[in-house]
Amino acid sequence: MSASASEIIDPAKVHLWDRGHHGHDVIGTRTFGFWLYMLSDAMIYAALFASYGVLSHVMNMAGGPMPGDVIRPGYAFGETLALFTSVLAYGYAMAALRQGRAGGVAGGLLGAMIFGAVFLGLVGKDIGDLFAQGITPERSGYLSIFFTLVIYHALHIVVGLLWMLVMLVQLVREGFTGNVVYRLVNLKLFWHFQAVVWVFVFVFVYLQGVIA
Amino acid sequence: MLVNLQGPWSPLLGRLAVSQIPYENPILVGTFVLVVALGMAILGAVTYYGKWGYLWREWLTTVDHKKIGIMYILVGLVMLLRGFVDAAMIRSQQAMAVGPDSAGYLGALHGYLTPFHFGQIYTAHGVIMILFAATPILVGIMNIIVPLQVGARDMAYPYLNAVGLWLTTAGAALVMTALFIGDFAHAGWFGNLPLNELPYSPGVGVDYWIWAFQLSSVGTTLGGINLIATIVKMRAPGMTWMRLPMFTWASLSANIISLTSFPVLTVSLALLSLDRYLGTHFYTAGMGGNLMLYNDLFWIWGHPEVYFVILPAFGMLSEIIPVFSEKTLFGYTGMVLASFGIAGVSWGVWLHHFFTMGSAPDVNAFYSVSTMLVGIPTGVKVFNWLFTMYRGRLRFELPMIWACAALFFLLVGGMTGMMNAFTTNDYMVHNSVFVVAHFHLMLLLIVYAIFGAVNFWFPKVFGFKLNERWGKWFFWLFTAGTATVFIPMFTLGFMGMTRRLDYIPYAQWQPLLDAEMAGIVLYSLSAVYLVAQLYVSLRDRALNRVGADAWGTSRSLEWATPSPVPFYNFAYIPHVNARDEWAWRKENGIAQLRHDRYEGIHMPKNTGVPLVLGALSLVLAFALVWRMWWLAALCLAGIVILVIMRSFAKDTDYIVSPEEVKRVEDALWAGTHARGTEAEGGRGRGAVGGGLSPAHSPSAPK
Repeated sequence: MSASASEIIDPAKVHLWDRGHHGHDVIGTRTFGFWLYMLSDAMIYAALFASYGVLSHVMNMAGGPMPGDVIRPGYAFGETLALFTSVLAYGYAMAALRQGRAGGVAGGLLGAMIFGAVFLGLVGKDIGDLFAQGITPERSGYLSIFFTLVIYHALHIVVGLLWMLVMLVQLVREGFTGNVVYRLVNLKLFWHFQAVVWVFVFVFVYLQGVIA
Repeated sequence: MLVNLQGPWSPLLGRLAVSQIPYENPILVGTFVLVVALGMAILGAVTYYGKWGYLWREWLTTVDHKKIGIMYILVGLVMLLRGFVDAAMIRSQQAMAVGPDSAGYLGALHGYLTPFHFGQIYTAHGVIMILFAATPILVGIMNIIVPLQVGARDMAYPYLNAVGLWLTTAGAALVMTALFIGDFAHAGWFGNLPLNELPYSPGVGVDYWIWAFQLSSVGTTLGGINLIATIVKMRAPGMTWMRLPMFTWASLSANIISLTSFPVLTVSLALLSLDRYLGTHFYTAGMGGNLMLYNDLFWIWGHPEVYFVILPAFGMLSEIIPVFSEKTLFGYTGMVLASFGIAGVSWGVWLHHFFTMGSAPDVNAFYSVSTMLVGIPTGVKVFNWLFTMYRGRLRFELPMIWACAALFFLLVGGMTGMMNAFTTNDYMVHNSVFVVAHFHLMLLLIVYAIFGAVNFWFPKVFGFKLNERWGKWFFWLFTAGTATVFIPMFTLGFMGMTRRLDYIPYAQWQPLLDAEMAGIVLYSLSAVYLVAQLYVSLRDRALNRVGADAWGTSRSLEWATPSPVPFYNFAYIPHVNARDEWAWRKENGIAQLRHDRYEGIHMPKNTGVPLVLGALSLVLAFALVWRMWWLAALCLAGIVILVIMRSFAKDTDYIVSPEEVKRVEDALWAGTHARGTEAEGGRGRGAVGGGLSPAHSPSAPK
């Protein structure tokens, strides 16, 4: 303890109340909370990846398609390229934010949205082709977790695009207010996080599937 | 994609039909009549006294962490009552349906509950007690106390706090809906697979169970984010980490657990719902499913959840015991490390819930040893509490007797838990009522800590103490009930009685089952005394008014503001100089709380959006249970649009003027010299009465 009863305290010199308190660092607090949210989302992904590990035994394919039959490296390559370019464009928006250029931020957001949409289109085409061949989640335990993992990631991309759209509108209407800035920072975290998760999807689902 | 259902389905109402309403079951009809009558009485009273505006302004739309905490606790108490009624039904069925000659009533062969109905009751009992009674009450207490203990004016995200409350409430409401429309799950609170799969449970019961779980799980995760951010980011200046009160440390460790484990629960149930709705094969018995995946995922959440509820209880004991021993907490650093030790180990023990699954011996041995490891930090805590009491000036007031009894049950429950940690022993008692008695004692220790905490912090929140005489009666009857129910249950477990029996074939167990029934009667009687305690305390509140320092020997920051706490918590944010700041100020004669001038205070504005989000989530879950796709899509779209619209809102906070702060403070302190008189102030925002009692009046600096 920093003090005991034997110490003699001069009440005039002790700092007891924080007069002129001007609140907390709002942007820092909001961003910290968003990190925590992403931790919980990371746990969801972790549980899904663990389930993928459990359900990718040959028993779980129930005589149906094997990883080699459902994974097409060309699509995975294109999706990776699109998503990483989108993250790069978002990085450009953040550089513009630091310089306070609203036009640069809007341009970066638009670029990120376009490449995000390209990513979604590729994933959609990939999954659509598989469905057309009769390769669906109901076929086996392995396909259930394969599609769940890929579609859960794609849903995040949909949410990210919607969020970018909202931010574009708010940026135009309100400019760089505290709310807009912290949301842009949080969206950066979110978007980079989806790219990081995609690295894991690519390695554990696509790369490993091709090797197997 | 959608799974083919057996039975009728219409685009408009989904699976809902008049035949789904259990009007032929007299128990449910009676309950329904009671609930409707009670609901009408409450709504009628609100209308009669013209309190709708007050209810809307001050409670339903509030973002004040104290009021949100109170509402969490109210939801928890209502569900505690429901869970208790379920328990009484389980016990009375088991006391009646013993031996082949036992009589049957209401369509049951033995006793008065059919096996399907009995299955729903024990499932509901478990789900409700864990998720909708213990969790909301604990979250509510953390909500009220943590911001006060760290010297903040509110949580880090007041709006998110309200969203969490209304999501949890929606989950509780969904469980109650299952009583009267359709049925509830019958496969145990943790869900036995593949019994929960569509072919074996084709009704809506399991779907109710899934969505109620999911709603409360999302609510608790959001609450966890909020509490962690509050503790990390909102501490008053000078509140360094090693000056944090122990309850706040316990809350931090507990919420780190909830933040990391609830998402796994979300996944385990989401995959089950994909199986049930889309026909996937995650947990099915064939087609490449894996049943054990469910058990692993569920208990990866389930065991940390146990520590999520027990760590705040330990925190409460760590606050109560020093105050009534008039000493500082023994071994503060050890307590902090022990809390995080328990939280850390909590992730590595889940497999002990299914030792008998037949993992390799070394796997079982690993989880056996890791389970025993929990005993070390827990033992550290117990000894620290004992050393805190050692040579202290002990006062056995209500919070202290609850805390002492909690220590006793921690000992009994913990020791039997260590017995279960031995794999060899677990093979003997697995799925027996011995295990049931063990985990009930652990959860009861939490209940004891909660009742201690409620008695302890009630005067802080409401400005008057709870009645001691009726409270002691309640305590002793409740304790007698606990002993009478669970000592025979341990015995029956050793005699080989398994869990969840709706019919007991051995007549020689009758005396012990009757003893358990007698315990339930004692419990019911104790509930009467609880109500009496609340009533008498409320009636005589003028006589029991307290000042800021309700117990005279309290130590941490939450006591350094008037009781009841004004809506802005602190007129000035305190600057912290010591670990037990309030005790330190009192020792040094600088515990002056009045100020001669005030500053404006920045506060969040009330909003109805969280309430609407909760309502939409409830309807969404209901629509998903009954597979009304149009309604589900509508609600989902509504939620997304509402969230986006809210992000455009600019008018979200305001400044309380110095004059207003002065008015509220003056009204609060007016009670100092006129105890027992109620002073209106602050537009009814908790600024009623209060004041320092002369005995505990803080001395001004001399």
